[in-house]
Amino acid sequence: MITIDDILETNAMITENKLDVRTITMGISLRDCAHPNINQFCQNVYDKITKSAEFLVKTGEDIEAEYGIPIIHKRISVTPIAIAADACKTDSYVPVAEAMDRAAKAVGVNFIGGFSALVEKGFTHGDRVLINSIPQALASTDLVCSSVNLGSTKTGINMDCVREMGEVIKRTAELTRDTQALGCAKLVVFCNAPGDNPFMAGAFHGVSEADKVVSVGVSGPGVVKHALEGLKGADFTEVAETIKKTAFKITRVGQLVAREASKRLGVPFGIIDLSLAPTPAVGDSVARIIEEMGIESCGAPGTTAALALLNDAVKKGGLMASSHVGGLSGAFIPVSEDEGMIAAIKSGSLSIEKLEAMTCVCSVGLDMIAIEGDTSAATISGIIADEAAIGMINNKTTAVRVIPVPGAKVGDMVEYGGLLGYCPIVPVRNQYSSDAFIARGGRIPAPIRSLTN
Amino acid sequence: MKLVVTVVGKDRVGIIAMVSQILAENNVNILSINQNIMDGFFNMILIAEISESKIKLVDLQKTLKERGQEINVDIKAQHEDIFNVMHNI
Repeated sequence: MITIDDILETNAMITENKLDVRTITMGISLRDCAHPNINQFCQNVYDKITKSAEFLVKTGEDIEAEYGIPIIHKRISVTPIAIAADACKTDSYVPVAEAMDRAAKAVGVNFIGGFSALVEKGFTHGDRVLINSIPQALASTDLVCSSVNLGSTKTGINMDCVREMGEVIKRTAELTRDTQALGCAKLVVFCNAPGDNPFMAGAFHGVSEADKVVSVGVSGPGVVKHALEGLKGADFTEVAETIKKTAFKITRVGQLVAREASKRLGVPFGIIDLSLAPTPAVGDSVARIIEEMGIESCGAPGTTAALALLNDAVKKGGLMASSHVGGLSGAFIPVSEDEGMIAAIKSGSLSIEKLEAMTCVCSVGLDMIAIEGDTSAATISGIIADEAAIGMINNKTTAVRVIPVPGAKVGDMVEYGGLLGYCPIVPVRNQYSSDAFIARGGRIPAPIRSLTN
Repeated sequence: MKLVVTVVGKDRVGIIAMVSQILAENNVNILSINQNIMDGFFNMILIAEISESKIKLVDLQKTLKERGQEINVDIKAQHEDIFNVMHNI
């Protein structure tokens, strides 16, 4: 039996605290699209995507209307193109990205992910072609997102790829300089990338997934913050309990949406991703939850502990609310997409170094951080290596999505609009060189904790 | 299937009459009504059975929303399951 209070609470979460389902993401396998001729491959990819996802957006909109819960994005993820296109006799996958972009626009989704390569241990020919194609692919498409997994706990870190990705990020920034290096906002470098992540820019359809699946990413930082507002001075047991209960409620809504989408589309349900994903809107910030716990400004001492508690309690609460949990499942700390993070960067309270520490206890990593355009490729590679090492040793996903904005200096502001938000240029304070370290190449061996058999 | 209708806005004559008329016209049966006035603001939560109705839920939502706007009240109609899943295990 529903009570009046339940109805009022749910609707207040939606209208006042910005509760939403961030995304319904349909994963589509492209393994059956392989063809040696790139044009035929592109046609196969276009046909498979448009046929599979024909009703995705309409279904999302119907569910949104019927239940009165905003579903912000509808997205598609596909098999990493480096795998799907490996048979193509070509030296560029840019046409594939363009076919993905056309298909995404034809079905009306917000993003399509999977212009990706999994190279944590080594490169195939297709991996190399893909990585070389990334800058042009991101410059000549609007909705395509790209990711590269270059490390894992099981295999170690591919340092050749770490070096290359520093250069790829720089080239992408250069080719998309007219849009303040927007291409880099659609490019993420991973360690331990999950194959069922519905969030961008890192979503791809893992090789062990079914032909098609529907996954849902929930959101709701504003709801958690609101719940904590009633707990001034309460101890951490109470704080954790309140976050768990709130996460449970948020996730149950995600599960409902996923179940309905799966049923209506006739596509199996994949997972719910239990992530607290912020937006740049006021009242939808992870940083503000940390501050609600008693940290004056996000980044001050205590921030990492507060984030650890938040991240853990969200998982514990969400886990029971869903039949299958996966993806990244943790609090996100994307700087430009979080109003409180932006304020903390502006005030000097939050730095890239503190963000690195925070990534040890949450998902995902150094995310949506705009840095000066003249930051060297080797320095970016050094940042990537550090994040990958945190992921590898701690058996968790970590990622880097930095944006070296050409011509921009500390003190400047960049704006990407929509969910991608806006951000002041974040200083990379340590200007000493990583060149000789990055130039070594090779592989950092798998850590001792990979030997579990 | 049950529908939860929430109506919020400045109080005036005829809000309940209008909402119940739209529901009646579409063969939607009202099961319970909870209504009060707080600081001059009208609040109503109404639970209705829509299974016997021929109108599509989205069309009913649209009608309620539009007619609500004409008299300056916000009318939301939602499938009951969003409340059930959130508050009941």
